[in-house]
Amino acid sequence: MTDMTDLSYVRTTEAEAKPAPVSTTGFIGWMRRNLFSSIPNTILTLIGIWLAYSIFAPLINFAFVHAVWTGDNRDACLAQNVGREVGACWPYVEAYFPQFIYGRYPVEERYRVDIVYLLFALLIVPMLIPSVPAKRLNGLLLLVAFPIVAFFLLVGGVFGLPVVETSQWGGLLVTLVIAVTGITASLPIGILLALGRRSDMPIVRLLSIIFIEFWRGVPLITVLFMASVMLPLFLPEGVTFDKLMRVLIGVTLFSSAYMAEVVRGGLQAIPKGQYEGAQALGLRFWQMMRLIILPQALKLVIPGIVGTFIGLFKDTTLVLIVGMFDLLGQVQSSFTDPTWASPSQSHTGYLFAAAIFWVFCFGMSRYSLFMEKKLHTGHKR
Amino acid sequence: MTETTAATERAAGAPRKKMEVSSTDVAIEITKMNKWYGDFHVLKDIDLRVMRGERIVICGPSGSGKSTMIRCINRLEEHQQGSIVVDGIELTDDLKKIDEIRREVGMVFQHFNLFPHLTILENCTLAPIWVRKMPRKEAEDIAMHYLERVKIPEQAKKYPGQLSGGQQQRVAIARSLCMNPKIMLFDEPTSALDPEMIKEVLDVMVGLAEEGMTMLCVTHEMGFARQVANRVIFMDQGQIVEQNEPEPFFSNPQHERTKLFLSQILHH
Repeated sequence: MTDMTDLSYVRTTEAEAKPAPVSTTGFIGWMRRNLFSSIPNTILTLIGIWLAYSIFAPLINFAFVHAVWTGDNRDACLAQNVGREVGACWPYVEAYFPQFIYGRYPVEERYRVDIVYLLFALLIVPMLIPSVPAKRLNGLLLLVAFPIVAFFLLVGGVFGLPVVETSQWGGLLVTLVIAVTGITASLPIGILLALGRRSDMPIVRLLSIIFIEFWRGVPLITVLFMASVMLPLFLPEGVTFDKLMRVLIGVTLFSSAYMAEVVRGGLQAIPKGQYEGAQALGLRFWQMMRLIILPQALKLVIPGIVGTFIGLFKDTTLVLIVGMFDLLGQVQSSFTDPTWASPSQSHTGYLFAAAIFWVFCFGMSRYSLFMEKKLHTGHKR
Repeated sequence: MTETTAATERAAGAPRKKMEVSSTDVAIEITKMNKWYGDFHVLKDIDLRVMRGERIVICGPSGSGKSTMIRCINRLEEHQQGSIVVDGIELTDDLKKIDEIRREVGMVFQHFNLFPHLTILENCTLAPIWVRKMPRKEAEDIAMHYLERVKIPEQAKKYPGQLSGGQQQRVAIARSLCMNPKIMLFDEPTSALDPEMIKEVLDVMVGLAEEGMTMLCVTHEMGFARQVANRVIFMDQGQIVEQNEPEPFFSNPQHERTKLFLSQILHH
């Protein structure tokens, strides 16, 4: 060993690397550090485990363990026939599945809805994956061609397709039509309103403020009532336009007001220097907004934007009160069918609807996190 | 008061270095320009003529209006009275003329103002592509040329946040040069930099000056002023108090306020 009596010291042998103590590495180490690091932490961990157990255990029991998987009518889902506690009645969902998806859309025309679903999936998936090329063409198809094709396919009346009144639409179809239209239309309108509210032109600013504050000040239910009940009273005799169309416009304007405020939050976070840098280079107003300001501002408020999207998606269920049947409405209306009446029918229906909504909303949420990471260029300034 | 007026008049005169004055030689002509922020009179009767190829350093205490003055030249600030003619175009509310002037006038800011969501190369090619309508390939070649000139071609694919302050400022200079400007404005380009990075930026600016770029530079780098300026302008309280060639300006300042200012920044 080295001589330590002297002040000068030169290491002559390499120190060996020893394994870290078991208590700090691996699973046990992780648990020690994160779950049981102190007495309060241990208590919280135990309460958490108990809470998770008392929520998820009954849910799993209901949905899977005690569930009935096959059957033709209510008899399959009654406790006295099964001879045990009965959870979810899945054959009921299976029997009603087409209704939940298409509503009262005529059976022989449902292939049209399927084509629309398929086209949408084929266009949105490559759009959402950043590495897939030809984004411009893809976007053009998705935002211009698809809505036109979808409109004529769903409504009919051209190329020998029979007309299907929107009052016959229902289920997930209505939910998606309202949500997708609302989402794609409210973002650009919201951006324009946000820019308008920050404009130097007093009239533009005033109109934007009035619009935003009006729509944010009224509940969505009021908007829907106005659109479906009041609006026809104000229109001249003989002028009608489709109820779904009125609801779409109402929902879009409503959420665009919220979107405007979210986007404005992002715009306010962009330093003045970014505007000046762009202006000094000779960029015009719209070039500056499109190339410099909005990409940064929108990136900052992705969580807020997606939050508004998710809110809008779930708010589509409110169309039930103006007599339209979205997914939830369709599920509820199926409860009146005596063929499947059983104690667990409504629970099963609601669970199914909740699961569908959750999948869509959770998907949006995860995608927004992914985009945030993807767009983060590793710095703030 | 009388003393101030006299100084202003003396300062407003033509540069002492005699040049052949014809209208095509004038890069910037500012006449009786006034500006207010609300009620506050920030720029008072500014008269300034900048010849092509001239390098002017503007100094003065903070709040003296020197930044505001050069920001009026590309309309980042609006003036309320008097006229500014840049490269033969008078600045008015006409957006077309403002665009035209901004295309010919490059500007470098204290805080760089690079676009953080774009790579260095994209920062440099953005304006040539969108404003000059240049093909992408050509814009990239030009950008690489100027990035090599400021000695950071290897950073082209990085984002501004990954670069040091000095590197960012050099990118900002390259970004302006990509527009092939006739005039460059520098608004305290080294004030936000760590001391060891100031030199790398000043070196680039000296290089530009040697190539004959018309430059207006707000800075307190007096070494730079001595080395490259044709003229040094001292501003205080919104007016041009004194201007002269660097040698007499530093060795023999005339106005009391210039003397005070120079003594404070040179011997602290």
